[in-house]
Amino acid sequence: MSSVTSSVRTPLVTGGKKAKDVTNDICKQVEGAPTTSWYIAMGISLITLGFGTFCLGSLWWEGLGLWGLNKTVGWSWDITNFVWWVGIGHAGTLISAVLLLFRQKWRTSINRAAEAMTIFAVLCAATFILAHMGRPWMAHWALPLPNAYGSLWVNFNSALVWDVFAISTYLTVSLVFWYIGMIPDFATIRERATGIRRVIYGSLSFGWTGSAKDWSRYEAVSLVLAGLSTPLVLSVHTIVSMDFATSIIPGWHTTIFPPYFVAGAIFSGFAMVLTLMLVTRAVFKLEDYITLEHIESMSKIIVLTGSIVGVAYITEFFIAAYSGVPYEKYAFINRAFGPYWWAYAAMMSCNVISPQLFWFRKVRRSIVVVFILSIVVNIGMWFERFVIICTSLNRDFIPSSWTMFYPTMYDVGVYLFTFGFFFTCFLLFAKYFPVINMAEVKAIIKSSSGNKESH
Amino acid sequence: MEKGKNYLLGVYDDEDVLMDAVGKVRGAGVKIKEVYTPFPIHGLDTALGYEYSNLPTMSFIYGMTGTITALSTLIWMLGFDWPMDIGGKGNIPLPDFIPITFEFTVLLAAHGMALTFCIVSNLAPWNYKPKMLDPRSVDDKFVMAIDLDNNKLDKAALESLLKSSGAVEVNPKLVE
Repeated sequence: MSSVTSSVRTPLVTGGKKAKDVTNDICKQVEGAPTTSWYIAMGISLITLGFGTFCLGSLWWEGLGLWGLNKTVGWSWDITNFVWWVGIGHAGTLISAVLLLFRQKWRTSINRAAEAMTIFAVLCAATFILAHMGRPWMAHWALPLPNAYGSLWVNFNSALVWDVFAISTYLTVSLVFWYIGMIPDFATIRERATGIRRVIYGSLSFGWTGSAKDWSRYEAVSLVLAGLSTPLVLSVHTIVSMDFATSIIPGWHTTIFPPYFVAGAIFSGFAMVLTLMLVTRAVFKLEDYITLEHIESMSKIIVLTGSIVGVAYITEFFIAAYSGVPYEKYAFINRAFGPYWWAYAAMMSCNVISPQLFWFRKVRRSIVVVFILSIVVNIGMWFERFVIICTSLNRDFIPSSWTMFYPTMYDVGVYLFTFGFFFTCFLLFAKYFPVINMAEVKAIIKSSSGNKESH
Repeated sequence: MEKGKNYLLGVYDDEDVLMDAVGKVRGAGVKIKEVYTPFPIHGLDTALGYEYSNLPTMSFIYGMTGTITALSTLIWMLGFDWPMDIGGKGNIPLPDFIPITFEFTVLLAAHGMALTFCIVSNLAPWNYKPKMLDPRSVDDKFVMAIDLDNNKLDKAALESLLKSSGAVEVNPKLVE
């Protein structure tokens, strides 16, 4: 390759790997029998999914009354979980698209799994969209289909309708981006496989041969898809934030929401990528591909976005005080010192204080600490959405309707459903699909691996 | 690949050697049928004399189709087909139409481009048994295919040319 790597820069792939080693290391996972730990993890996921399916089924059978929602708090865990999952999904696109545009080569080892995470997370988010409708069999009412129900078309002025378009576009475009990236790797697996596996992976590989002409088109498609996905991912979370920001509820009616939500999404997404990758790395022994450098780079993004989120929290508070609007002021005082003060405190400490530890190189390079902090950040980001949604609603304009929200088993159960679904999908992906983009890793291996004799 | 053709395959094991070899072989006036590589190599397409793909232009056209379709549909639906008086506000609020117009643009641009890519490169799930000239070209080897029936040089001359350009193996291959 023409790019020159300085000897002071640490290699992206360690262990002196050659292209053949990459094929063997990644295909080994796909070809071998599932391990005991995989079966145990799958069992736990399926049990969680089973319980969640019961809760979701009951919810749809009986109605939304099973949730702890009331007249005052009409949105709570449902939309909290929705925003949380969509936010997590955004890191995958950020890694695969934005880092591709910036020519960040370290993304090649982690983009595949991060994109898979995106797709599964967006599906989990979509579950809450359907669940909170109460009558999912009427979900098509959100689409502009010819009908005889009165006002003929959907209200295109509504942020909720924008959301339908944004999430479905995001899901399908991410899916296409992810799949096109996997086609060459499926071809690699196909050529090693025999019998029925050869037919299945052959079919998945779409008959890829790796000709220079196809690679040239593939590169063009990847670049344009990355260019399209970058504004798409920003637009999706902007629209999600507009679900709140275009309303007139104090605490939601805020112009800072779009950038604040996007930063939060990247923040939580990278935390989830770290959580998953640290486990995948250990279980599949991918230490040479997902190195401490990768973990450090992701930690740096977390400290950056965590600080942006922190500034946004403080700005919100300042603007509420400065606005002179009593309702706005009250909404924020209620957030920090009202009955949900503990949620606000959890959000502040998990999202603003804990990621600051990543300023220290020792912390960024300690796998245990990074793993714990990545989970702490995700807990914090869940509380952020809960604080925004629930504390803005629980103190209504009329004090007689002030109330609290208490989750029921079904609130928890549907949340667990998405966890079960997410991890079932991720485990299937990790076992049967190539978890690391073999072709792209092979492309960078010569210019930036520890394999010095090849220079 | 057409059927019943004789190919000579030069197998390389390093992308830089391959890039030099492509220049050498083409410089000798030999037509290269195709090169198969396990990963994308920047500059290989221009070295082989391929035109840059028209796919980005196609994507732009699909995207524009999306923009026009979405915007005109929204204006027609809310402005003309079923106008609603909501607090005396206008029926065609263009800023409100930006999100859906944008999403639809991306939707058509991305899917249209991906679909066109699959069609022009003949990629489809039912194409599960492609003709691979050398299966190692999706693993770690770079394979240069030269059409023996359609070149001035004879087999022996081509073999020595490929060898001198750095090929680790030179294999004849008949595609039935």
